[in-house]
Formats: sequence, structure tokens, C-alpha cells
Amino acid sequence: MSILVGKDTRLLVQGVTGREGTFHTGQAIEYGTNVVAGVTPGKGGRIHQGVPVFDSVAEARRATGANASAVFVPPAFAADAIMEAADAGVELVVCIAEGVPTFDMIRVMRFLEGRPTRLVGPNCPGIISPGRCKVGIMPGHIHREGPVGVVSRSGTLTYEAVGQLTARDIGQSTAVGIGGDPIIGTAFIDAIRLFEADPETEAIVMMGEIGGTAEEDAARFVRDHVRKPVVGFICGQTAPPGRRMGHAGAIIAGGQGTAAEKMKAMEDAGIRVVRSPADIGDAVRAVLG
Amino acid sequence: MKIHEYQAKAILARYGVRVPRGEVAHTAAEARAAASSIGGAVVVKAQIHAGGRGKGGGVRLASGPDEAERIADEILGMMLVTHQTGPEGRRVGKVLIEEGLDIRNELYLGIVIDRQAGLPVLMASTEGGMDIEEVASTHPEKILKEWVSPGLGLQDFQARKLAFGLGLGGRVALDAARFMTALYGAFEDTDASLAEINPFLVTGDDRVYALDAKMNFDDNALARHPDIRELRDLDEEEPLEVEAARHGLNYIKLDGNVGCMVNGAGLAMATMDIIKLSGGNPANFLDVGGGANAEQVENAFRILLADAHVRAVLVNIFGGIMRCDVVATGVVAAARKLGVAVPVVVRLEGTNAAEAQRILGDSGLHFIVADGMADAARKVVAASEPGGDVG
Repeated sequence: MSILVGKDTRLLVQGVTGREGTFHTGQAIEYGTNVVAGVTPGKGGRIHQGVPVFDSVAEARRATGANASAVFVPPAFAADAIMEAADAGVELVVCIAEGVPTFDMIRVMRFLEGRPTRLVGPNCPGIISPGRCKVGIMPGHIHREGPVGVVSRSGTLTYEAVGQLTARDIGQSTAVGIGGDPIIGTAFIDAIRLFEADPETEAIVMMGEIGGTAEEDAARFVRDHVRKPVVGFICGQTAPPGRRMGHAGAIIAGGQGTAAEKMKAMEDAGIRVVRSPADIGDAVRAVLG
Repeated sequence: MKIHEYQAKAILARYGVRVPRGEVAHTAAEARAAASSIGGAVVVKAQIHAGGRGKGGGVRLASGPDEAERIADEILGMMLVTHQTGPEGRRVGKVLIEEGLDIRNELYLGIVIDRQAGLPVLMASTEGGMDIEEVASTHPEKILKEWVSPGLGLQDFQARKLAFGLGLGGRVALDAARFMTALYGAFEDTDASLAEINPFLVTGDDRVYALDAKMNFDDNALARHPDIRELRDLDEEEPLEVEAARHGLNYIKLDGNVGCMVNGAGLAMATMDIIKLSGGNPANFLDVGGGANAEQVENAFRILLADAHVRAVLVNIFGGIMRCDVVATGVVAAARKLGVAVPVVVRLEGTNAAEAQRILGDSGLHFIVADGMADAARKVVAASEPGGDVG
């Protein structure tokens, strides 16, 4: 088992003929992901990276039974692509694009209300279930199959944590990058709930960052509903207030969203919080026993 | 992106938000002319991208053109210090000359994006002129909120609810409600991330005005608002940050002495954190991005070394799509070209890391190679201390 993506994932790639789409479709196939279709409006009918290309998501889904989509279109077109996939009934949409306007995401979230589609991202590295399926831009080779679920707002920091685990011979069930934007489709709580229910996952690593209150919400959820051990880290402990630290959502505003508040909320919820990003691997080893 | 008060007021006026009559002036003579054409008592307001201007002496009353000219002469060119500028202050390059109004009541209006709700929220408070964050923490019940569904926009009943909630009645309440509707329209239409009217003024003759106005915009949406993008004032920004942005680098200057170059925002923040935990102080946040090439690495080096406080540099790269060998090639080229005089600690992991180590080793240059983040932080902090490795 794993969460969100696995052996049953039939992936379609939106923006498959673009530069990013082309490269990452190739990488996904090489990793063993079952990529069944690509979509680029106006380029339907051709074969690209060995995958049939369609003009629309609906057509691609009808023809191939795709149940997940990776969105590799530029940020200005991302909202439309996500809504098209949701309209076609695709169960999981992973949006990699960084730079999607906030109001676009607000409208997308309204559009998704009442539909069964789950959105992950935007501004995220994607999802990988090691040895089974890779939907995103993460380097597959640093991962290994195993019992730890990883959820994070960042890309390379996720790789850092995964690298530390793999170096200690600790594999991952699934690693999910939920994205660094202020408004995202899947929150920490959603991913942690799935990990708690996943029989293969024995421990959870959550990596948050300054800005917003998603980590505090997740901490309350962990306290009330999670039995599996959770290791946590928050980056931005030394970030100055009022400055946007790279990610659109990483900003301490109005005294809210500090690392100290988040770490305290997580510790109070029984999460094993490490202060140094270098200690994630050892902390996981300790909780796994 | 931030803009000046006078620019925000010009935008809001286009959407039907009532603002005082005013003109921007770059010289004392222009200030005098503006005061003459406005007539009567005026307010001279320093235009910088920071709050707290009044307390710092950047907002002053003038009885007429003579006084306006004198005050403008004092304010223009001064280093205005407020709680948001830092101790060095910000140089004032322009002033806004506005009509003086008869103040009866100072209220507050603000619109931000509520991240938890995923919606814009319009906030109103009777505590005008105060720092709203302080009101939020001491008297949260004094802030009224209405969430807005985009597309539908702020409904009239929501605006009336807030207006009556502020204690307004009769014609003023309806006028205030229309003001709020116009304000929200401007917010959504321009992809703003903040619109704040503090104070939101009621005059003695029962009219409502935006006495002050602050607007920030979503950087990710600027591409569809070329007119707003043009309002950017580079004089208000740190020159190194402007230079970095031009090269597609995300750089924020801090006050420590350990320069860092990292790929990815989260890892860059975590790198700052571990430097601090190891007893050092980061000089900057620098994210070279996911697809950086050798040229980008060189640009990054040049920018972070332009900060004279930097005593040592840490390169921390977790290669994914970005290959470590490409980064190493860039680091070597930059060190050769720029003649780096401070110790450089390099930690490269992930894709093609072994090849990268070979490139660094064969370069004939002195790099301190680190294994893992803890080792890297320890080494760079030691190197940054007096008597540390001098490369």
C-alpha cells in the first residue's frame, strides 16, 4: 500500500508536449509509472514520448481510463487545466506549477467543491510511492520502498529528509509535497489522515514552514486522531517577519505564522519536533524503535 | 509588490472609492503649487513603503502654500525612521499634498486573503488609526469580518452589515457600504493581496474618505496587470535584491556574515536555521531555483559576495533535476572569475554528486567539502570566525 499514487495509478500528463512535460513524462515512464495519456489542446492524435496525445482531458480519460493527472502547463494556464481535469472526473490532480495567481486558486477551490477530485499543489514537487509510481519532478533514485510517510510544503527539503531516511536504510511508503503557496488543494491534515489509515505506513514525517496556520491545524488533528508516531520540522526559524521567503506562502504576517508557534503547537500535540534539519533521519529511526 | 499611498489612492479612485483631493510633489516648489491649487489647509505626507510615517514626523499639517513649501523642504530628502524601516530609515523622495479634512471619526477597513478559508475577507473596526494587528490580539471582538465569494463579489447586505456594525447610521451607513463595495471591486480586479484603509474617515459633514490607503499585489498575477507592474518603485527596494530578481534568483539580505546559496526555498530556510543553531549568523536567504545553470550559480555568487559582511560561504545543493556536476562547474567558474577571497564550504548531494566532488577536487582551488547539512554548518561557522580557514 501507499497513499494517493501506486500501482493502480493510470497517469495522464497535461502539457505533455511542453519542455517540462516532455522531460518529466520521460522520467516518470523510466521510473515505472503507468503513463497512459498526454493532453495538449490542438495537438491531439500524435504520439509523444510513446504516449498518445489528446485534445482534451475528457477524451483522454474516455479512451484510456486515466485516473490521475500531472499538470505541467505554465502557471497562467494552471487553473484552467485543473478545472478541466476535475470536470472530466479525474480523481487526483497534481499541479507542479509555481507562480499560479492566488485568485486563480481561490476560484479553483470553489470549482472543486462538491466534486470528487483531490488536488495536490500547486507549487509542489508532486507525489512518489517509491518503487511503484512517480508523479512529479522529484529525483526517483534517492527514494526507497518502506514504512515512512513524508509530507512537506517544500521540494528540496523533502529530498533532504528522504535522503537522510534512505541513507539509514529507512524507506518511504509515499512522499507528498503539498506545495508552498498560501492556497493549496491538499493540506497537511489530509495527507496525515491518509497516512494514518495506510497499513504500510508506520511513522510520519511532516515538514512545515513559516506562514499561515496549517501546521497548527495539523498538530491538533495529530493530537486527536493519529496513533502513529510523527516527527516534525519547521523551517524558517530564523526568517525575519514581513518578508516572503521564496515561497508565496512563507511569510510571517501580523505576528502570525512564526516557526516558534508552530513548533510549540506540534510539541504540545506529542509530535517529536527536531530543531535541526540534520536530525530528521535519526528522529525517525528513534520513533520506529 | 508594494506601491505608494498616492498610487493606491489613484487606483482606488478609479473604482469609485472616495479619496481626499491631492497631488504628489517631488520638490518644495511643486508642493507649494499643489497646496495653492488645492486651497486651504493641507497635509504633507512623506511617500515611502513603510507604515508609522506619522509618528516618525513624515505626516504634517500646513496652513497654506507657504507652510506646505517649508515642510516639504524639510521632509524631502530626510531619512524617515519608523518601526517598519529599521534604524537607518528610508529616504523620502516624494510627498503627497492633500486637502485637510474635518475629522469626526476614524475607523478601519482592510481586505486580505484568509488562507484558512481560502477566501478574501473584509475586516472593519471602530479602532481606526491603530495598528490593526494589535487590535486583533488585544480586542479581537472589535474586528468585524465578512468573507467574500470571488465572482459573486461583496454583496450589498454584507457591506451594510459591516457599516451598521461600525455604529454608522442613515445616509452615512449607506455611503460607507458603497465605499466598501468599491474597495472590494478594486481588490479583486487588480489581484491585490492587501487593501487597507486606515483610517477610514467620517467627516463632520457626514462623508466617508480613505484618509490613508495601502495596497499590495500578488506577484504571481502581475503579468496580467502591466499598468500596476509599472508602479514598482525600485528606490524602495534593496539594490542587491533587485539585481538578484533580474537574474531569476530569490535573494533576501539579512544581517549575519555567513553567505548561503541553496536550491529550493524550504531548504534555503532550513540552511539559515542550521547555521544559526551551529552558532553562526546567515547573511542572506538565496534560492537559486530548481533549474539553475552554471551562469546562474555565478550570478548568485557575485550577488552574495557583494555583501561586504560575508566572511564565509556555504553552498548547499540537493540535486534533483538540477545536477550537482553542473553546480560544481558553476562554483569553480565563479570562484576563478570572481577571485573569491572568503572560505567556501560546499555540500552537494543527490544527482551526480560523485562527479561534482571530482570537479571540485580537480579544480586546484581550495573548497571545504562537507558531508551532510550538520557537517556543512559546523564547517562554515568555524570558517566565518576570526582566525578561521582563509581559503
